Amino acid sequence: MSQNKSQAVIIQNPRVTWEGCSVLLDINDGDRLVFARLSAASTLKIGNKNFSLQPLIGCPFGSSFQIEIGDKGPFLSRFVASIEGNNAQEKEDFESQEISKDNRALVDNNKAQSLTGEDIDAMRRQGATGDEIVDALIKNSATFEKKTLFSQEKYKLKKQKKYAPKVLLRRPVARSICEAYFKKYPARIGFLRVDTLSLLLSMANVSANSDVLVVDMVGGLLTGAVAERLGGTGYVCGTYLGGTPYPMDIVRIFNFSDEVCNRIVRAALTELSLTPTVTLEQIHQQENELNMECLSNPQMSSSVSIEEISPSEKEISVPVPENVVSLVNKMGKSTKAGNKASQQAIELWKENGFSSLIIAAPELDIWSLLQDIWPLLSNSAPFAIYHQYLQVAPCDSSLMPSCILMMPLATCMHNLQLGKMAIGLQISEPWLREYQVLPSRTHPCMQMNAFGGYILSGTKICSS
Amino acid sequence: MLPVDPNKKLSFTRSICDGDLVIVYERHDNMKALKVCKDSVLQNRFGVFKHSDWIGKPFGTKVFSNKGGFIYLLAPTPELWTLVLSHRTQILYIADISLVIMYLEIVPGCLVLESGTGSGSLTTSLARAIAPTGHVYTFDFHEQRAASAREDFEKTGLSSLVTVGVRDIQGQGFPDELSGFADSVFLDLPQPWLAIPSAGKTLKPDGVLCSFSPCIEQVQRACDTLRSNFTDIRIFEVLLRTYEVREGKRDCGQADGGNLGSLPRKRRQRSSEGNSAHDNLSYPSVMARPCSEAKGHTGYLTFARLKCLS
Ligand SMILES: C[S@@+](CC[C@H](N)C(=O)[O-])C[C@H]1O[C@@H](n2cnc3c(N)ncnc32)[C@H](O)[C@@H]1O
Repeated sequence: MSQNKSQAVIIQNPRVTWEGCSVLLDINDGDRLVFARLSAASTLKIGNKNFSLQPLIGCPFGSSFQIEIGDKGPFLSRFVASIEGNNAQEKEDFESQEISKDNRALVDNNKAQSLTGEDIDAMRRQGATGDEIVDALIKNSATFEKKTLFSQEKYKLKKQKKYAPKVLLRRPVARSICEAYFKKYPARIGFLRVDTLSLLLSMANVSANSDVLVVDMVGGLLTGAVAERLGGTGYVCGTYLGGTPYPMDIVRIFNFSDEVCNRIVRAALTELSLTPTVTLEQIHQQENELNMECLSNPQMSSSVSIEEISPSEKEISVPVPENVVSLVNKMGKSTKAGNKASQQAIELWKENGFSSLIIAAPELDIWSLLQDIWPLLSNSAPFAIYHQYLQVAPCDSSLMPSCILMMPLATCMHNLQLGKMAIGLQISEPWLREYQVLPSRTHPCMQMNAFGGYILSGTKICSS
Repeated sequence: MLPVDPNKKLSFTRSICDGDLVIVYERHDNMKALKVCKDSVLQNRFGVFKHSDWIGKPFGTKVFSNKGGFIYLLAPTPELWTLVLSHRTQILYIADISLVIMYLEIVPGCLVLESGTGSGSLTTSLARAIAPTGHVYTFDFHEQRAASAREDFEKTGLSSLVTVGVRDIQGQGFPDELSGFADSVFLDLPQPWLAIPSAGKTLKPDGVLCSFSPCIEQVQRACDTLRSNFTDIRIFEVLLRTYEVREGKRDCGQADGGNLGSLPRKRRQRSSEGNSAHDNLSYPSVMARPCSEAKGHTGYLTFARLKCLS
């Protein structure tokens, strides 16, 4: 598994895939987003066919693939988009034609297309490529010429998606992972939007060589994003209430090197808070338990990812060619992230405090959590707390005076103010709007996400 | 500003030393940066503060003046720096800065290009993101601004991570020596489309470019240029809505008690200060509402990825 360790060339920011690397496959401009690990054995299902991912190995991130027909049937083949040379000309054409055309003559019925399903199947059998099929569909469309350029484009795109799907190879980094989850499974990351995540990282001054304490109940996205910014220096320590660490499966989607993984540790809040009464023996025992937990879940990533292609057992033993830049130990590597924090580190943190704190724990009572965590934070440490609820109140109003409403972060902020615990306190709610910018067709996107959650940020001051 | 020495990191004691940069916090809207100098004093409306009293105290500490007034001394961060730096130009603030760093996929070790440097607000955050092994090359054609920025990076301890060049990026493009080396490029220029072809040359394939422009016409032209060599073009506007939180009393005893929020501010405050013995049905409450004043627009952020052509 790690026989290549000695020759490994460590590159912080690899831009070419390798055997065993984690990738994000973007199919048809975000219609489908699939996290996968590249190996000779891994496959991707498009339509009703499975395609080997082998051709993606060794390709630069950012490259695109389409289906080609070879001797052994269809396979994924890289294609290089050409530079659009006559862009300016196209634009002018577009603008002049756009004005003169409209769709008053357009009748939408099913007779517009003279090519039947059987015709298309026949073309396929004869080895026509997806693009050829799309061209044929356009030629045989009675209405295509009458459409405005804009709707022609739309028509073509729609047919392309169906008959000539495109697979884009994306780098799994905090940005792409957060966006993919937010788009497909937002609840799994506590609806943490990418701009909100980016704010948490800034507000908590996450930087190389810092020791960041996190409460990550967003599947490991926060932990991974912090670790990415640490780049193998400092520590990100995930703390938790009770005996079981919160799941952080998303960390495994990042292509973290051993150096980075070693900087991702976990410790129960009680361990961090207690004055040292735990014996060394107890610590070792706990350590074993934690390792067991990791080992018993080697396929953890397959259950969490959006549409993960489960890596086959075999691929782990496939030797990596020596000339390939490798990040050693690819499959097993991410398993290591999230080891128990060493007793030595814990002692140092107890003494000096963490350099900053980020909480993304939609399920916990923030104020009581914060009170427990507070002593672990060094003086002048910035912190950022994410919360998505406007109100958390008992459903049964008789439990509380009916006139008290709670915005959890507001209460928290108020208590920090009263206790003179922090300054520079602010609650902010990010707002993000995306635009479509096209010749003569610029406007805000029709869909927007209306809520990025709330953030409470501030700086801890010395208690006097 | 950044913990550059990894050996000191775990055992760092954040106590103030002679020569340290500190952020003097009077109020959230009144802060400034200072170099601690043992023979100096700080004089403000609260009185006279002797720097020598500060040395040896932890960052985050409250210090007093001769008249008993107090301030807080904070460790500098890029966020605080953005709030205290001297404005030589318009600058980027936290919401835009954060999204830029995230979307440009900047991580430790990256090589990042920027133009113009302006007041170095963004540059400071870029430096934090590429530390400890990456580098930021930032260019401004304004000699004096470049020099002031250099001084600032010296002050904030970032000089080893940032190189400031004087160059007309719209006219000359980025230096040829950097061709093909940049992981990310950031432009805050009046005519970004003039610099985009050069940005394309300096970027690695799949590297990300960002252009910040206040006006939509600038975005439109930039996008026209981007479409030939770039893909994945995304345009965003990001803003922050902030909330004010204060304590007040809510009168729950009367049927119409709920409309207290509509009382003028002065009266509300008076009533919250007053003795509550006579209205025993009112509860001290935490009240939160969005601040009515906010930035409505900073600029559009245009992101694009260099096409992979090889
Ligand atoms: C708005 S400021 C940048 C502010 C910066 N982003 C910050 O956060 O502090 C724009 C800067 O671009 C510089 N600039 C304008 N045209 C330029 C050119 N052709 N080449 C290089 N710099 C230029 C100006 O001198 C100015 O300092």
